Amino acid sequence: MSAFIQYTLQGLATGGFYALAALGLAVIFGVMGVVNFSHGAMYMLGAVGSAVLLDVADVPFWGALVIVPILLFLFGILVERLLVRWLLGLDPLYNFLLTFGLTLLIVDLVKRRYGVSGLPYQLPAGLEGRINLGGLSLSSYQLFAAFFSVVLCVAVWLLLTKTRIGMIVRASTEDAERTRALGINVGRWVTPVFGFGIALAGVAGVLAAPFRAITADMGSNFIIILFAVVVIGGLGSILGAVVAGFLVGLVEAYGQAYAPSFAQVLIFVLMAAVVLVRPAGLFGREEAS
Amino acid sequence: MSAQLTDTTRVETAASAAPDRKLNPFVRAGLLVLALLVVLALPWYIYPPVAMDILAWGLFAISVDLLLGFTGLLSFGHAAFWGTSAYVTGLIAIRLGLPFPVAVLGGALVAMLLAIPTGYLAVRRTGIYFAMVTLAFAQMLFFLANQARDITGGENGLQGIPKSFFGIELVETDPFYFYYAALPLILLGAFAAWRTVSSPFGRVLLAIRDNPARARALGYDVERYKIMVFVISAGIAGLAGGVFSVSHGFASLQELIWQTSGKVVLITVLGGIGTLWGGPLGAAVVVLLEDQLASSGFNGIGIITGTIFVLIVLLFRKGIWGTGADLIARLRASRTSSGRRDA
Repeated sequence: MSAFIQYTLQGLATGGFYALAALGLAVIFGVMGVVNFSHGAMYMLGAVGSAVLLDVADVPFWGALVIVPILLFLFGILVERLLVRWLLGLDPLYNFLLTFGLTLLIVDLVKRRYGVSGLPYQLPAGLEGRINLGGLSLSSYQLFAAFFSVVLCVAVWLLLTKTRIGMIVRASTEDAERTRALGINVGRWVTPVFGFGIALAGVAGVLAAPFRAITADMGSNFIIILFAVVVIGGLGSILGAVVAGFLVGLVEAYGQAYAPSFAQVLIFVLMAAVVLVRPAGLFGREEAS
Repeated sequence: MSAQLTDTTRVETAASAAPDRKLNPFVRAGLLVLALLVVLALPWYIYPPVAMDILAWGLFAISVDLLLGFTGLLSFGHAAFWGTSAYVTGLIAIRLGLPFPVAVLGGALVAMLLAIPTGYLAVRRTGIYFAMVTLAFAQMLFFLANQARDITGGENGLQGIPKSFFGIELVETDPFYFYYAALPLILLGAFAAWRTVSSPFGRVLLAIRDNPARARALGYDVERYKIMVFVISAGIAGLAGGVFSVSHGFASLQELIWQTSGKVVLITVLGGIGTLWGGPLGAAVVVLLEDQLASSGFNGIGIITGTIFVLIVLLFRKGIWGTGADLIARLRASRTSSGRRDA
């Protein structure tokens, strides 16, 4: 039983990364109609960024948790202004391909600069140990990561549902044309939303830094799982991204525990089942045509 | 898609980058002869294994173009079929010792069989979703191949694939002669693609690409057509993958990884979507470029290919073939109009 709870915690911590990053992917897709392939690379940049900040400027984990997302927000704005913007009116496949090219570029640039072996990073101060709870010994960092992701997801949820900004973003997601007709400058919201989505991937990267190997390739598997997450949850559905993120994290953790050789495959089996039964995803709407 | 931002009366789709002009039949025949001559002469000028790579990647790109340019489906998981055939071809050649063309055909057949369930699931979604679903299935296959170490050799790959060819030693040892022995398989794939495109079946595919709702209203079973072309495309990708693995003498996980799916899409877009000719052109550019970079000791091929990809998508969405055809058409139009003015 105690092993099961440990796996659950591990699944929730991993699922937290997936949920946060998928949330960013979903918001970007919802407002802009862009599937951002470079999301995995941005997650990698988040982790590499925290390692580099520690190495160069002695910035601890807690500092990185604030600074890195801001940097990635700015980077996202740059990418949107310089590249993504020009293809917004076209078939979404073009931006998919553009961000794919960008991914190759970013990953190989990081590889050239920092090599292929992992960068060192420690568990943040105060969270190195394990917490004993009635005979259970849980990693306090995993507890923190799971908790923090949930809190952040809820915060984003509140931002989107309870504030005026969120209302505008959601309205643009639902029906950009009608939102524009109501006198809202949808185009103005596009750039910050892209930056915001990238920043969320960055947060996931910073959270992953202390207990994943930090390499240039760490995002390449991540992005594929992220796609599985949004297909399961329903692309563009914000709730779907979060629920499916945690679901996939749990499936992966239980898989690693009880059927280690098929842990990764299980995720795709789950995806196949969802596509078969509900092609639009668990929380998605049926597409037209 | 409801989430378009800019005012788009007519959304430019990937498929609309395809040229709509039909070539003059004489020009077409001339090009075909020229292309055959180039293909036959290639190993005299380029190191034969590299020439073989160009043809294999070119055919692979043709299989992707069949889906993207002629049916409007972007498969971002075509490495699944290329890689499956690479492994199956290798296994047949190693374990059964059959001549390599038989092995390659066997590999392509297995790729087609695999495409049936994959296609059945993937065609339930269109557009960007189709790309993501195919990508995810290819990745699933990657993990399975990584797990099945007894069969695939895991991370070491499948090594020592023989080029058995009816006991003809020249072909089995010299890549120059192997090139000509493998050429019919490549041409078979290209011919299959051309027949598919220029048949009534191909016209239905175009109708589905341009207006799926209307094709459905006309009584065509859109999903069935999509699955059929998906299977054909997988077979062609399988031919290419089989030839590639025999040529190199090994099959590795590299053949199944998503970067391979991405590379072939890059080649297709670079060559020109919806042209079939574009695939081999794009392959020649990318393979030769990678060969140059690798021999100059530059590590970071992704920096170059990634930049090319970004630039192509931003500036030259019609690719080499489409941009070239446009230029020629514009030149000809200006010449005829100036000719009229003179007369």
